[in-house]
Amino acid sequence: MSENVDTTLAPRTTRPPASPISRLFESKQLGWIALAIALLIPLLIATPYSLNVMTTAAIFVLLASGLNIVVGYCGLLDLGYIAFMAVGAYTAGIIAKAFDLPLIFTIPAVIIMTVLAGLIIGAPTLRLRSDYLAIVTLGFGEITRITANNLSITGGPSGIFGIPGLLKIGDFDLQEPAVFYYVTVLVVAAFVLAAARLGKSRLGRAWRFVREDEDAAEAMGIHTYKVKLMAYIFGAVWGGFGGILFAAHLSAVSPQSFVFLQSALVLMAVVLGGMGNMRGVVIGALVISLLPELLRDLSTYRYLVFGLLLVVVMVFRPQGFWPARGYEPERMGDVSDRRLAKGTVR
Amino acid sequence: MIQLIWDGLFVGSFYALIALGYSMVYGIIKLLNFAHGDIYMLGAFIGFAVLTSVGGIPASLSIGALLVVMLVSMLLTGTAGVLIERLAYRPLRGAPRLAVLITAVGVSFSLEYGISALAGPNPRAFPIRLEGNVFVLLGARISLPQIILMLIAAMLMVLLNFYVEKTSTGRAMRAISLDRNASLLMGINVNQVISRTFFIGSALAGAAGVMAGAYYGKIDFLMGFIIGLKAFTAAVIGGIGNIKGAMLGGLVLGFVEAFGAEWFGGQWRDVFAFAVLILFLTLRPTGILGQRVTERV
Repeated sequence: MSENVDTTLAPRTTRPPASPISRLFESKQLGWIALAIALLIPLLIATPYSLNVMTTAAIFVLLASGLNIVVGYCGLLDLGYIAFMAVGAYTAGIIAKAFDLPLIFTIPAVIIMTVLAGLIIGAPTLRLRSDYLAIVTLGFGEITRITANNLSITGGPSGIFGIPGLLKIGDFDLQEPAVFYYVTVLVVAAFVLAAARLGKSRLGRAWRFVREDEDAAEAMGIHTYKVKLMAYIFGAVWGGFGGILFAAHLSAVSPQSFVFLQSALVLMAVVLGGMGNMRGVVIGALVISLLPELLRDLSTYRYLVFGLLLVVVMVFRPQGFWPARGYEPERMGDVSDRRLAKGTVR
Repeated sequence: MIQLIWDGLFVGSFYALIALGYSMVYGIIKLLNFAHGDIYMLGAFIGFAVLTSVGGIPASLSIGALLVVMLVSMLLTGTAGVLIERLAYRPLRGAPRLAVLITAVGVSFSLEYGISALAGPNPRAFPIRLEGNVFVLLGARISLPQIILMLIAAMLMVLLNFYVEKTSTGRAMRAISLDRNASLLMGINVNQVISRTFFIGSALAGAAGVMAGAYYGKIDFLMGFIIGLKAFTAAVIGGIGNIKGAMLGGLVLGFVEAFGAEWFGGQWRDVFAFAVLILFLTLRPTGILGQRVTERV
């Protein structure tokens, strides 16, 4: 595996020669090209169905980019990510309906609530080992769903419906499917760009350091707890915005939309695309959300295939199909462990 | 009150049985096996498949048939556990923890939706339904199947405890969980012992699956999800990696749930269990019986 891994320490000449495809993927304009394609597609196909599918896919991309901050950059496994989307969607829906406000005015409240949710779940658990965190987030996801299912303010099992649109000024309604699609794409693009920039910032480098070696990071003076909490909060806010868009898109929110399956699908998008690489994650999210629409006949085996793929990718290509450049080689662990696993030592 | 204690004890013994597998695997290779709850589900479905292929079973034989089916199911789930370890976890030994965790999620997903594709997504009725007289003891309603199932669970736990404490394989397991490299140097066949640990843990979960199927009468492909989470909670409460702790944790969780459901309402049962998990991880992450471990670099 080590031959696939590019190290930042190695001289540049040791990189494998770039094929035209990988050069395209590396190019700086790729993001703009993708955005242009996303904006042009409705001119080709603008059936209500295709717009619906594409809007859903765009929201999914937003979620994946948020989870990528937590899992990809910082290396914290979050198995209940969809809970943040639930918090965002319910906050937006409840406030917008209670005060009859357009959804856009609920943004401050959603940010506050998701940051709070991130703190509540992150603060007690981020000091623990990463696998505890994984299971606690899983539990948190379930708690959120069950709570929404049981409370009356969230509408119980049937949820909230008749949520007002994003914004309406005179005749100009953002809720028009094509307009809403454009709004979604632009918002998502801004968030993806912001997440990618975050990854390159000082904080982003600290996240990567924590992911690669937490103890070394701590020894170098990084406040690992604070840095991890920041990753968690950013992820939560991204999820919250996904929730607003989700509520606006469907104009209804119900607990069934926030089951574990959804968290797992977002995680798959991140893992398959290549943890830490925003471009790979966007493509992974598009594949995960659009493929089932194309392969409707195979729907019974869809999740089975996703699960097997997750195992296969982790065993044979743990950095994902399209890993981040400059991904540090994994730690060797115990040498005897690896030899033992390969069967050279008994 | 007595009723609540009894209910807690009964549910708790199920949790304990599954928590054991979690705890053993965690103790020996520090892996959080997310697929463990799904092994329980697999056990229930294997029991279902065996019983339906045999055909009708007279009600008078149902206990004996249950035991036979349970043994078959334990053998098969144990083998499944060994295969999963061999194919998915062993290649990743020494890899970053995140990769292993994600693999475990993938295994769990594959099991759930593999069964869903094979047996259909709808709940199935389990062919044997244990029914028996309910009698009242000290004000608690107790049924015969409950007593039988609890006896089976207790017997399995006693056997396991004997195995780990007294046999040489058990000693090897404990040695590996203390220091794998040293055990290797002492001539322990580490891979084989790890395989056996997976076999035993998965077999216990399979037994619990068959018992749950026979008691509740209904099985579905997601039944392992919540119970896997709760078993993990039980393992953490008792002190993960500690076998007696897992048993204790299961019972404690059973009580907590029974009383919580009584005081706050049944729909909050699951929330209550997870809240206890988060509380324990915050205040005492090593659990009731766990020792404080210093993380080595």
